[in-house]
Amino acid sequence: MTVRANVPLIFERSTPGRRGYRLPELDVPETPLEELIPQEYLRSEPPQLPEVSEPEVVRHYTQLSRLNHGVDVGFYPLGSCTMKYNPRVHEDLVSLPGLSAIHPYQPEETVQGALELIYNLGEHLAAIAGLAKTSLQPAAGAHGELSGLMVIKAYHNHRGEGHRNEMIVPDSAHGTNPASCAMVGYKVVEVPSDERGGVDVEALRKLVGPNTAGLMLTNPNTLGLFDENICEIAEIVHAAGGLLYYDGANANAILGIVRPGDTGFDVVHFNLHKTFSTPHGGGGPGAGPIVVSKELAPFLPGPVVEKEGDRFRLVMPEHSIGRVRSFYGNFLVYAKAYAYILSHGPEGLREVSETAVLNANYMMNKLKDVFELPYDRICMHEFVLSGSGLKKHGVRTLDLAKRLSDYGYHAPTVYFPLIVDEAIMIEPTETEAKSTLDQFIEVMRQIAKEAEEQPEMLTSAPHNTPVKRVDEARAARHPVLRWRKA
Amino acid sequence: MSEKLLYTKEHEWVLVKGSVVRVGISDYAQNELGDIVFVDLPSVGDVVEEGEGFAVLESVKAVSDVYAPVSGRIVAVNEALEDSPELINESPLDKGWIAEIELDDAAQVGDLMNEQEYAEYLKGV
Repeated sequence: MTVRANVPLIFERSTPGRRGYRLPELDVPETPLEELIPQEYLRSEPPQLPEVSEPEVVRHYTQLSRLNHGVDVGFYPLGSCTMKYNPRVHEDLVSLPGLSAIHPYQPEETVQGALELIYNLGEHLAAIAGLAKTSLQPAAGAHGELSGLMVIKAYHNHRGEGHRNEMIVPDSAHGTNPASCAMVGYKVVEVPSDERGGVDVEALRKLVGPNTAGLMLTNPNTLGLFDENICEIAEIVHAAGGLLYYDGANANAILGIVRPGDTGFDVVHFNLHKTFSTPHGGGGPGAGPIVVSKELAPFLPGPVVEKEGDRFRLVMPEHSIGRVRSFYGNFLVYAKAYAYILSHGPEGLREVSETAVLNANYMMNKLKDVFELPYDRICMHEFVLSGSGLKKHGVRTLDLAKRLSDYGYHAPTVYFPLIVDEAIMIEPTETEAKSTLDQFIEVMRQIAKEAEEQPEMLTSAPHNTPVKRVDEARAARHPVLRWRKA
Repeated sequence: MSEKLLYTKEHEWVLVKGSVVRVGISDYAQNELGDIVFVDLPSVGDVVEEGEGFAVLESVKAVSDVYAPVSGRIVAVNEALEDSPELINESPLDKGWIAEIELDDAAQVGDLMNEQEYAEYLKGV
């Protein structure tokens, strides 16, 4: 199989007059367009669409797809993103007409099954979170954060404590956390990490106060470490009148083992496209449901599904922050996540997390003699190495990431979290076999050796990919976002 | 008037010119950040507080705050960075300067490191 990088654009394949379709003869009288559509809405010249045949279209997009790396092509250890395999049975399921051929404007009584699915999924997520009520509306993780913070804000306002405007965020947090705070008008207060990689509890004590709206925490955090002081942290924040927000980006480590609600969290978001194995990457669609405590449930975005007897109804919670998504969110994503939860069951979900944690620890221990491991303790579902030892060879983490492409792997997350120099964040997930982990470990060790013996192999990588090293700085400084006819 | 170049622990440099200081990031800092692709400059007239972020640098790796090494008022910004953020990489100590701050208190710069002290400090980073 040859994969060519210089695939022409679909516009460049265009041949005037070529068509990919044949329409039947009109069986009604033809009416000029000008009589049907007001002049102001008509184009003065025809749109510039590519003129291509159907096989040309199919070959074009198939060729493009072969330039991609995805979890169906190879190992994808992108830390914090949980790029696990997506079972094919889910695709089968969502093609069932009862799920795929319904319309959001249908009356409730004609879509009882769909509403039941939404309700049951919400109940399962609430059980996994150890909290009371779910809203499936948010369309992605960061959207869940925003919605969750809006719920917290609405709760404080409702209690006459609208002055609380400070959200505490650890220095290891995902960048979306401070961004979400800014979006709801909260001031971000950064809490440092301690030497074990968790929240510095003493520093936290000094940061909370009458203006504390809450704390956002990812647990396990972005170092892949479980914060052992979580109960104490929750006490400190609650005592100051704040609430705890659980960023579920790393929930793949805790299913059936820890319920965030039990450790003091008031709001949890899950990424269905990470933890619950719905397709991920390339723009989604994702889903970032939020689960909240009983006290916060009246403020949830709606509509939510309520069960009355054996009927299901769409309801707006009493003090709802409103809609955060059109209609009912990404429904078919829910169907896949629901199938995932049902097919695993409680035991199976626990096994998912146990295996994810085992795989990460295995890999970490097989790599920590060749790369620095800044926080050397048992990790959860992911771990963070440092590429700082490569610097003496004139090589950086970025070069290692590029070199991995040559070996057919997607790179780990690099340069994040920010508190680790030259960070390499690896998340193998539970769906990979030991042989895959071993092969990747071998390649990482090989690349470390190359860095020592022939650093230019790394600094000029990738060599075997359809596209060689791209000028990222130029792309960011002078982005060309769309094709224009010459 | 004599000029002196000082450094902060956060890798900003400060060129003291009487009551006005010019601020940029050190060669070490630009090298660590990698290619800068966007600079969010403050506005002339902004009041800045020592230790608080007053400009934002976005590199291909990360987004970083530039911390005000002194308290005062912004009296000039390097507008050339808006179109050419790469100046920070190419010429961090000269053409890549970020802003000029009029000091609230001339004594403020006393705590900063001189070039030699900064070179020593980098060894421990």
